[in-house]
Amino acid sequence: MSEYNFAYLDEQTKRMIRRAILKGLAVPGYQVPFASREMPMPYGWGTGGVQVSAATLTPEDTLKVIDQGADDTTNAISIRRFFQKTADVEVTERTTEASVIQTRHRIPETELKEGQILVYQVPIPEPLRFLEPSEVETRKMHALEEYGLMHVKLYEDISIHGAIATSYAYPVKVEGRYLMDPSPIPKFDNPKMEMAAIQLFGAGREQRIYALPPYTRVVSLDFEDHPFDPGRADHACELCGAENSYLDEVIVNDRGERMFVCSDTDFCESRLNGNGEGGA
Amino acid sequence: MSELALQGGFNSPPEDAARAFRSIMGAMAHPGRIFGIKGVNPPAPMSVAMGTIALVLCDADTPLALMPSLDTVEVRSWITFQTGAPITAAGRAMFALGQWREMLPLGRFNRGEAEYPDRSATLIAECETLKNSGLALRGPGIRDVARLSLANLPAFQENAAQFPLGVDFLFCSGTQIAGVPRTTRISEV
Repeated sequence: MSEYNFAYLDEQTKRMIRRAILKGLAVPGYQVPFASREMPMPYGWGTGGVQVSAATLTPEDTLKVIDQGADDTTNAISIRRFFQKTADVEVTERTTEASVIQTRHRIPETELKEGQILVYQVPIPEPLRFLEPSEVETRKMHALEEYGLMHVKLYEDISIHGAIATSYAYPVKVEGRYLMDPSPIPKFDNPKMEMAAIQLFGAGREQRIYALPPYTRVVSLDFEDHPFDPGRADHACELCGAENSYLDEVIVNDRGERMFVCSDTDFCESRLNGNGEGGA
Repeated sequence: MSELALQGGFNSPPEDAARAFRSIMGAMAHPGRIFGIKGVNPPAPMSVAMGTIALVLCDADTPLALMPSLDTVEVRSWITFQTGAPITAAGRAMFALGQWREMLPLGRFNRGEAEYPDRSATLIAECETLKNSGLALRGPGIRDVARLSLANLPAFQENAAQFPLGVDFLFCSGTQIAGVPRTTRISEV
């Protein structure tokens, strides 16, 4: 513990990240550039989320870390241990007990409350990047609110596949102004983004932070005749029986047999332990 | 430099600044909601809340403007020693500190650029009191409506009309703060 400054980062770096978080909250959905630091883990392992969490945590916090909904995967465990070691914070796997939740690619099934903070790890923060490689151009497009390219992309999906084929990182419009990448969460999670908790997004390699204050309007892009469909595998969880949770399809043996189980391990376990809907 | 400048900082900067930042973030994320904040004892007439915000957010990278009521030798040397922030004119400042009525007109502060709306000033303004009554606040961070004892409604409306450009506010009184980002729509009722 004594070898590290509280939460690993030096104070000047935390001030810089904190200023970026505040401007992110003041302009919801806009990507604030920040001077991302080298972290003791590779890019792609959540360095953006880790820096945002480090600038947010207090000694009194209880931290939960999930990777694709699971608390017990390598990425989640290593980040949780990182903050146990460097910030000496309490950790939990229970969504309801956590004050700060760092997530890779899922929003917990249990509804988040006021006072909780959800920190997303973001690989590519720019929703227009795969349509327009130039940062100069995409920055102009955001300034001019010129998002026609994205609508064309979704339209082409419909004309080729008959439906919008984007199933994760599904683009959203924030407060009717900024187009935002919700990080690669399944589109099933998009409707949950209008929530009571504070949402912070950190992209370490791409050096961007953005944010959503509670109760911010977040609308998934769609068309009148092709309304947004959150989608869900047509099964119940084979462990807990939930019919309203996001499911992972897992191959269970050499014969290729499959089962569908909740992606949110805490939600599933709470139901199995008889603590009711998400253990609330 | 007087000895006063060396005193009044955080006892334990990493932990105290982290706790204080959570109040500031809460204020910016819940416009109009009043949060407690402490940890720093600045020289008069600066409030505990304002001094604490300054030490959480300001450093050598953040040019800072002092309005006349705070532009004293004591405050200047305290800010300089504690934060290292260069003291500058309103138009070049990332942060401005002063009484709310001294901040007007808002047009002299940096309101950001179309491509970089984050490059706008944050105004840290002292009020006599902060109460959840008076003007009505709506927008991101507010479920229905919030109320805050603010004066000078037209200045807020003009600022909000420039969205996504505009300045953001943190109001201070004693050990209390409340935030009003540029997204907040303010009216009488």
